[in-house]
Amino acid sequence: MVTSMEWLRAYVPDLKCTDQEYYDRMTLSGTKVEGWKRLDKNLRNIVTGRILEMEKHPDSDHLWVCSVDTGSEALQIVTGAQNLKKGDLVPVVLDGGCVAGSVHDAGPMPENGIEIKAGKLRGVESYGMMCGIEELGSDRNAFPDAPENGVYVFQDPSLKPGMDAVEVLGLRDSVFEYEITNNRVDCYSILGIAREASATFGCAFKAPFVRFTEGQQKTADLIRVEVQAPDLCRRYCARVCTDVKIAPSPEWMQRRLRNSGIRPINNLVDITNYVMLEYGQPMHAYDLDTVEGSRIIVRRASDGDVFRTLDGQERKVDHDTLMICDAKKEIGIAGIMGGENSMITPDVKTVLFEAATFDGTNIRKASKRIGLQTDASNIFSKGLDPVNAEAAIERACSLMAELGCGTPAAGVVDVCQPIPALRRIKLEPDKINAYLGTSISRETMITVLKQEEVGFDEASGEVVVPSFRQDLKAMCDIAEEVARFTGYDNVPSTLPQSAATIGGLSLKLRVDEIARDVSEHSGFSEAMTYSFESPKVFDKLLLPADAPERKAIRISNPLGEDFSIMRTMPLNGILTSLSVNYNRRSKDVRLYELTGIYLAKGDLPITDYADEREMLTLGMYGEGDFFDLKGVVEDLFMKLGITREQEIRRGKNRVTFTPGTAGALRPYLHPGRQAEILFEGKNYGYIGELHPDAAAAYDIEERVTIAAVDMTALLPLVSFEKHYEGLAKFPAVSRDISMVVPTGVSAGEIENIISQRGGKILESFRLFDIYEGAQIKAGTKSMAYTLTFRDRTKTLLDEEVGAAMKKILNGLEGLGIELRS
Amino acid sequence: MDEQLKLIKEEALSAIAAAETPESLNDIRVNVLGKKGSLTALLKGLRDVAPEDRPAAGQKINDVRGEIEKALADAQDNAQKKEQAARLAVEQIDVTLPAKHHTGGHSHPCTIALREMERIFIGMGYEVVEGPEIEKDYYNFEALNIPANHPAKDEQDTFYINADMLLRTQTSSTQIHEMEKGRIPIRMISPGRVYRADEVDATHSPVFHQVEGLVVDKGITFADLKGTLAEFSRQLFGPETKVRFRPHHFPFTEPSAEMDVSCFKCGGKGCSFCKGEGWIEILGCGMVHPHVLEMSGIDPDEYTGFAFGVGLERIALLKYGIDDMRLIYENDIRFLEQF
Repeated sequence: MVTSMEWLRAYVPDLKCTDQEYYDRMTLSGTKVEGWKRLDKNLRNIVTGRILEMEKHPDSDHLWVCSVDTGSEALQIVTGAQNLKKGDLVPVVLDGGCVAGSVHDAGPMPENGIEIKAGKLRGVESYGMMCGIEELGSDRNAFPDAPENGVYVFQDPSLKPGMDAVEVLGLRDSVFEYEITNNRVDCYSILGIAREASATFGCAFKAPFVRFTEGQQKTADLIRVEVQAPDLCRRYCARVCTDVKIAPSPEWMQRRLRNSGIRPINNLVDITNYVMLEYGQPMHAYDLDTVEGSRIIVRRASDGDVFRTLDGQERKVDHDTLMICDAKKEIGIAGIMGGENSMITPDVKTVLFEAATFDGTNIRKASKRIGLQTDASNIFSKGLDPVNAEAAIERACSLMAELGCGTPAAGVVDVCQPIPALRRIKLEPDKINAYLGTSISRETMITVLKQEEVGFDEASGEVVVPSFRQDLKAMCDIAEEVARFTGYDNVPSTLPQSAATIGGLSLKLRVDEIARDVSEHSGFSEAMTYSFESPKVFDKLLLPADAPERKAIRISNPLGEDFSIMRTMPLNGILTSLSVNYNRRSKDVRLYELTGIYLAKGDLPITDYADEREMLTLGMYGEGDFFDLKGVVEDLFMKLGITREQEIRRGKNRVTFTPGTAGALRPYLHPGRQAEILFEGKNYGYIGELHPDAAAAYDIEERVTIAAVDMTALLPLVSFEKHYEGLAKFPAVSRDISMVVPTGVSAGEIENIISQRGGKILESFRLFDIYEGAQIKAGTKSMAYTLTFRDRTKTLLDEEVGAAMKKILNGLEGLGIELRS
Repeated sequence: MDEQLKLIKEEALSAIAAAETPESLNDIRVNVLGKKGSLTALLKGLRDVAPEDRPAAGQKINDVRGEIEKALADAQDNAQKKEQAARLAVEQIDVTLPAKHHTGGHSHPCTIALREMERIFIGMGYEVVEGPEIEKDYYNFEALNIPANHPAKDEQDTFYINADMLLRTQTSSTQIHEMEKGRIPIRMISPGRVYRADEVDATHSPVFHQVEGLVVDKGITFADLKGTLAEFSRQLFGPETKVRFRPHHFPFTEPSAEMDVSCFKCGGKGCSFCKGEGWIEILGCGMVHPHVLEMSGIDPDEYTGFAFGVGLERIALLKYGIDDMRLIYENDIRFLEQF
């Protein structure tokens, strides 16, 4: 929405403020001004001048040397324009003046304009410049009479040399652009903005003067209106003007349209546009002679209908599209665009005006379906006030009469559903003050409301809401009106006085913090990636066609196939990010993400909430390997209080990592370097090296190690309980075991034996050497552990340690392990 | 005997004085005080002294022994100090050599900004809660006063799963979940991902984060909303920060406002960062619409509330001077390492 200040002041005549003040105060009272521009920016020293003489430049075949009467003197000016003749009145920039832009350069206007100085053009003195419309900061859209590539020539014979050319062109004006919120349909109009300005600045609002003399003919004799789809058309007002004379509209109307960004066309079209801007009510004009049967029927189209709109395009319409028809044919798509078959031509004799209230939702949807958005459809979409339709059509007829371009027939044909009585809301100043935390007097409240044309009934103490303010429904709405016109700034600033509450993070968020700390402590930086991705991800990760991961929730209107499914596994984001880093040549990158995955609880499509699980995903390439990452996973369990240092040392209640087994391998991981993360037999995630084929799919030519832990599953295990066991008072006894182990026996198996057979006195064990290679027998590896025993209640006897060791060694021998001396 | 004693003492003291190493001092100790040492021998000779003279003679020998022992201890002490000084002298390091770091990873800037906000609101007694991202139409729209066919529904460019389920466009949906629990007073913030069908560019992302805030209790006023958010802004952007509230419209709050903070680059004078405005738009807020309270089972005649919603990325971009939204979801380590 834009308004020109000149037009606005027509309805708020006492409004006196600078552009900046207007901008500030309107913004703070709720009519957000997005920006403004002065139309005469950088236009200085520009007058009207009459060309007295004109002759060819002696040294050029395209330049002209002119003598121009600028009111006070005749100046010699050289021009390259080819559209001029002796006697033309043109805008002339005098020496030292300034213009906004250039005729030749279509780019943005220079910030400080272009200064014009007297000088020589090919040896001939020139004391100024005759300018084109672009140099004046405007264009041929606003001034259709301006020549292409030439100097603007004034047509009005009453103008004389030496006048302020900027004023004559109507450019001594500012244009403001607003962001209007969708609850304020009334503000998509000059009058709506004027009411806001009036209340903001405390200046009286003056409505347009609407009065005209009607002709002898009766509208009802000229047109009959039938609304067959009352659900989509609350009101249809029709008026007819006879004896139409098409001509350019007067300068003041052209100027206001121009300054509002609308191209002036002729008086009839200009009036409909003018009223649309002024009242926020789109209007349509039909040539009544093309309306067959003198009838207007408002009805739904039939599915499959095709209709040619006045821009010459064929449009497909359907049963939910509202059409304006005459007795025989469709002549317009309601609220969107008229038809070619009924459009106004220069020889129109009788015009039919339509001002209707169509259903906003229907227009919005129809406009989308047809793929045609117009100024009218945009406004209708917001849902209009039926009272405004009549006001607007009256205003249009008043302008027809005023401009002498037609005679309004007597009366209006108005098919209107009952208009509800004005809404009344009890004014309760105490409640409003309690709600806002203010102490505004009742009188002030009433004054503020009246200023913005909201009524107040003293007798009943009720606010009487005008029809154009459908947004005012209850006390809270009135409170907002009071607050914004007395100033949000004047509402005090307090803190809630109610009972204290205990703040804090949910358990899940506390756990997230710990997961972040553990990850970051180990050098992983936090990534954030999209929650939706491409189904191709499953192929990149080598998942078979029947993999359960492929059962993903689909977005019905995604930005594209690449963003079409909600992720069911967390790897793609982190791998994509690792790939970005790898291909930008960053070394040794470690990333983690706390990501949601989204699983359907039952069959697709989902009908209820999804199973949104949080995963901790860690990924790295470069320095570090599987065991570094395994350490991070173990740390996580420990920091979450799931495992305890004292127990882990002796192999109790540990996180276990079981290697992938044939048939249960994760295809995206290296078959020999992957493990399931288990605790007390339950799976909480997986860890491993990325399969080289998957790494290649992500353009990473190094080993990538990843882990994913299901944080949602882990949550019930988390414990913040701590228990101190006291420091050991009795000495420990250490024993080393050195073994030759068959290659197939894993450290996990050995440690299970140690842990299970070590008894209560086993305090800890630690692998301190592992060797595989030429020095020892093929098919074996050498491993050595240190075992530490301690009795917390007494000094251990040699026999006790010996007995424990014997049990352990027996067990190890059972695995085919050979003990070294 | 006196002669002998004197000689032993003098010889011993001069040898101690001349000794240079702890080892030579030890030799002296052995030679003089040891089992076969000269002084020990003298003590043994006491047998030959008349019994009545023995105590006096013994006393003399012990005195000398004491003197020598003290001299030995002092000399020992000295020698150790010297030796330590020599060792320390050669152990000098160049303290300007590079430090050794344990380089931890870095939190994402959005997380850092979120932690700041959580800290501030927890301090004011707010709970931090979360809600589902795949949401029912009712919670995302209808319960927030945005019924079917409301133009605001079209404006938000919603991603739909199907007619009933969608990707939430605003964390405001968690307001409803929280109110439906029926526990009042409510003071909560709710961070999380939201989704809008915006193409990716320097200022838009189809996935971004919001932090919703909600307070419901008896006697909550618009003034409380202003005071709370002013305090929040001062804590987040510095104690000099000023706030301004501009009337706005959200279907689920009335009155509604947008809040600007004074530009933290220029302090409000106007600069290129704030596009000469002196103000930077930060969040939307308002009094919870009584109809929204009512739909969620809270009596609007008894209780009132306020709510606000902040774009987390916007705060992170502004606060840390990040000039492109795409950096947020790209995870270039050179970007992340700066936080």
